[in-house]
Amino acid sequence: MAKVTVDGIVVEVPNGSNVLQACEAAGKEVPRFCYHERLSVAGNCRMCLVEIEKAPPKPFASCAYPVADGMVVHTDSAMVRKARRGVMEFLLINHPLDCPICDQGGECDLQDQAIGYGGDTSRYTENKRAVKDKNLGPLVKTVMTRCIQCTRCIRFATEIAGVPELGATARGESMEVGTYVEKALTSELSGNLIDICPVGALTSKPYAFVARPWELKKTDSVDVLDAVGANIRIDTRGPEVLRVLPRLNEDVNEEWLGDKSRFAVDGLKRRRLDACWVRRDGKLHKASWPEAFEAIAGKLKGLDGSRIGAAAGNLADAESLLALRDLMTALGSANLDCRQDAAAVDVARRDFYSFNTSIAGIEEADALLLIGTDPRAEAPLLNARIRKRWVAGKFPVAGIGPQADLTYNVEWLGNDPALLTGDHPFFQVLRDAKKPMLILGQGALARPDGAAVLAAAWKLAAETGMLLPDWHGFNVLHTAAARVGALDLRFLPGKGGKDLAAMLGGGVDALWLLGADEFDTGRIGASTFVVYQGHHGDRGAARADVILPGAAYTEKNATYVNTEGRVQRGFLAVQPPGEAREDWKVIRAFSQLIGRTLPYDTIEAVRARLEQANPVFARLDILPRFGAADTAGPAGDPAAVSNAPFVLPVANYYQTDVISRASPTMAQCTQTLRPALAVAAE
Amino acid sequence: MALLDRTARSLLMSELLSGMALTMKYAFKRKVTINYPYEKGPISPRFKGEHALRRYPNGEERCIACKLCEAVCPAQAITIEAEPRDDGSRRTTRYDIDMTKCIYCGLCEEACPVDAIVEGPNFEFATETREELFYDKAKLLANGDRWEPELAKRLELDAPYR
Repeated sequence: MAKVTVDGIVVEVPNGSNVLQACEAAGKEVPRFCYHERLSVAGNCRMCLVEIEKAPPKPFASCAYPVADGMVVHTDSAMVRKARRGVMEFLLINHPLDCPICDQGGECDLQDQAIGYGGDTSRYTENKRAVKDKNLGPLVKTVMTRCIQCTRCIRFATEIAGVPELGATARGESMEVGTYVEKALTSELSGNLIDICPVGALTSKPYAFVARPWELKKTDSVDVLDAVGANIRIDTRGPEVLRVLPRLNEDVNEEWLGDKSRFAVDGLKRRRLDACWVRRDGKLHKASWPEAFEAIAGKLKGLDGSRIGAAAGNLADAESLLALRDLMTALGSANLDCRQDAAAVDVARRDFYSFNTSIAGIEEADALLLIGTDPRAEAPLLNARIRKRWVAGKFPVAGIGPQADLTYNVEWLGNDPALLTGDHPFFQVLRDAKKPMLILGQGALARPDGAAVLAAAWKLAAETGMLLPDWHGFNVLHTAAARVGALDLRFLPGKGGKDLAAMLGGGVDALWLLGADEFDTGRIGASTFVVYQGHHGDRGAARADVILPGAAYTEKNATYVNTEGRVQRGFLAVQPPGEAREDWKVIRAFSQLIGRTLPYDTIEAVRARLEQANPVFARLDILPRFGAADTAGPAGDPAAVSNAPFVLPVANYYQTDVISRASPTMAQCTQTLRPALAVAAE
Repeated sequence: MALLDRTARSLLMSELLSGMALTMKYAFKRKVTINYPYEKGPISPRFKGEHALRRYPNGEERCIACKLCEAVCPAQAITIEAEPRDDGSRRTTRYDIDMTKCIYCGLCEEACPVDAIVEGPNFEFATETREELFYDKAKLLANGDRWEPELAKRLELDAPYR
């Protein structure tokens, strides 16, 4: 530790820190453009100048100057102020005065720092520089004249996103940031470029000119478009969700967000179910809530519980899953399923179905085996974490499954599940590692021999030393935000109950779909009465006999459990459209109509019941790390693994659920970026 | 003493006479009222009357949808929605002023970086219905087209003081 005095405040910072970090530790604000905590140091904006005593009498760029014991730093001396004013004047020489038409206006680092540290007038009368705009695809809009050449975007693309596509050409005043050859960015983290750009050079294309930051109401929430559960901030104006931004959570998403989670929100305004519909004579007719409820109640009357089933979709929140489960229990049905992909699970222990290492824990691991998964498409933020660990060095990664470009080196062992049961030189690497881990994707579990693969993977984990008292290297990567919560609530076939496959094809006479759209609805028996409760008119609603409009994730106070098993809550940002209501309330209201009233009236009561159903729901946000206390494996015969190759669950990252399928931006991404990604993978 | 003074004044009708004197004075003075609406009083170039959205001489609308007027408006009378126009430029799709909310403070034209929204010299825009006072973009642009010569003159006269 080094003792540093910053403006008279003595702080201790670790050796190797830079002066800027020391100033931050002392609570002193240092303006900066190019420096970013998660990126390498470039030191080219020169805005973070400070004065250091007993050093050459010149201002130092604090981001690129290491601390030394006994250093005395001044962040607000006359020399520093003058130097910063000079730097700001130079930065503004070539920056256009177009703040009124710039989307960054109001949340712009350059604006704020020009006010705080710049001079009050311009002395520059010569011509300003103009740079041709680059086309970076359908998500990122560029106005390159505004670029102050901090190179944050280049460093982000190269270091974090792992797509070295951005770069600078020429030097000095003619320096331009671009993609060398015009092409769209092939990263699923490209939206973060918008956040890290300190000026308005990179802004959001779908959000262009839509709103100003001061008009927006900000609501904290949790992303549900993949199973990582990234923390987000929903920006709304009136009844509209205008954009989604990441919220800092070091344990989950750091400060990044995947493009789907960020840009698919325009799907929330399209193809929405805003009224009840009831099918009469083969055609759907608009109906009121009582009419829709009567239609369902009339159908359920006299039906035996075993002839009623329920399936939950990938976006369902824990509250509605619980309510639906309780309703089915009240109706005497054990036919419940949350797995539209028929993935094998064993819920005997929670570590059989969750990401036990935790996302932050990836950074401690020292060897990784991927089984039937493409984390880049299934969970880009988790993939970024793996890449972060890989960049840190000495991190062998191997994969069993279809090859994919994951932005780091992967030794592909082949797409043969039987490899799990045999031996392979890489398994020795795992054994030699201190903290090895494996990630088991849904592509490995959603197959007929899924249980065998699960057991084989566990056995491999036990054999290669992944299951230690203080380290748990067995991880299941889910693709559905609702999945772990549903498994925690045992939204699974009960005793003698049918799973989804058995419920289809006439296995039940009445089927309640809670936002379940990700299976072939054509397989539902022709005579089965289908109730679809959800927010988008997609496959499920098309087949439904009664449609109950529900709330999307931005429109309800809801609990979700991410793939790690972390319980997180999102808050209501806008009201559901039209007649749509929060899902648990709909189920609760229906239960009253059929005389099986569920015992909760308020969200607090539902949450109390959630905790009762599974104590994990009592622990919000925090996820204690744990080792593998018990190495007894999940049910399944490891030897029964077949040779059939793994098939990845996510074919198109940009369109995986009803919201992203309804989103025009995501459709555009699919059109422009999927072919590019396919080429890159080859 | 005070009683005597008051009694003397009322007996001599001094108040009445001084009142009549004032009446007579004004009866022969020049009239200050004007024959509105046939005559109108002079107004300052800074007069804050009915709003107008101006155009550039080439016909292009000035407003760039920066929303500063909306932000600064203390009565929250302005509503703006924007999106990229076909040529990629930033334009409003909606520019509404609720003239019944407006307090005619002029902060909108102070805030405007391109002199697009201005308060013109017109103060005679009374309407028969309340709805007619909810101005939309078309109405404001039409106002601008109608009043442009005077608006330009007005800005020119006020320019030295800005």
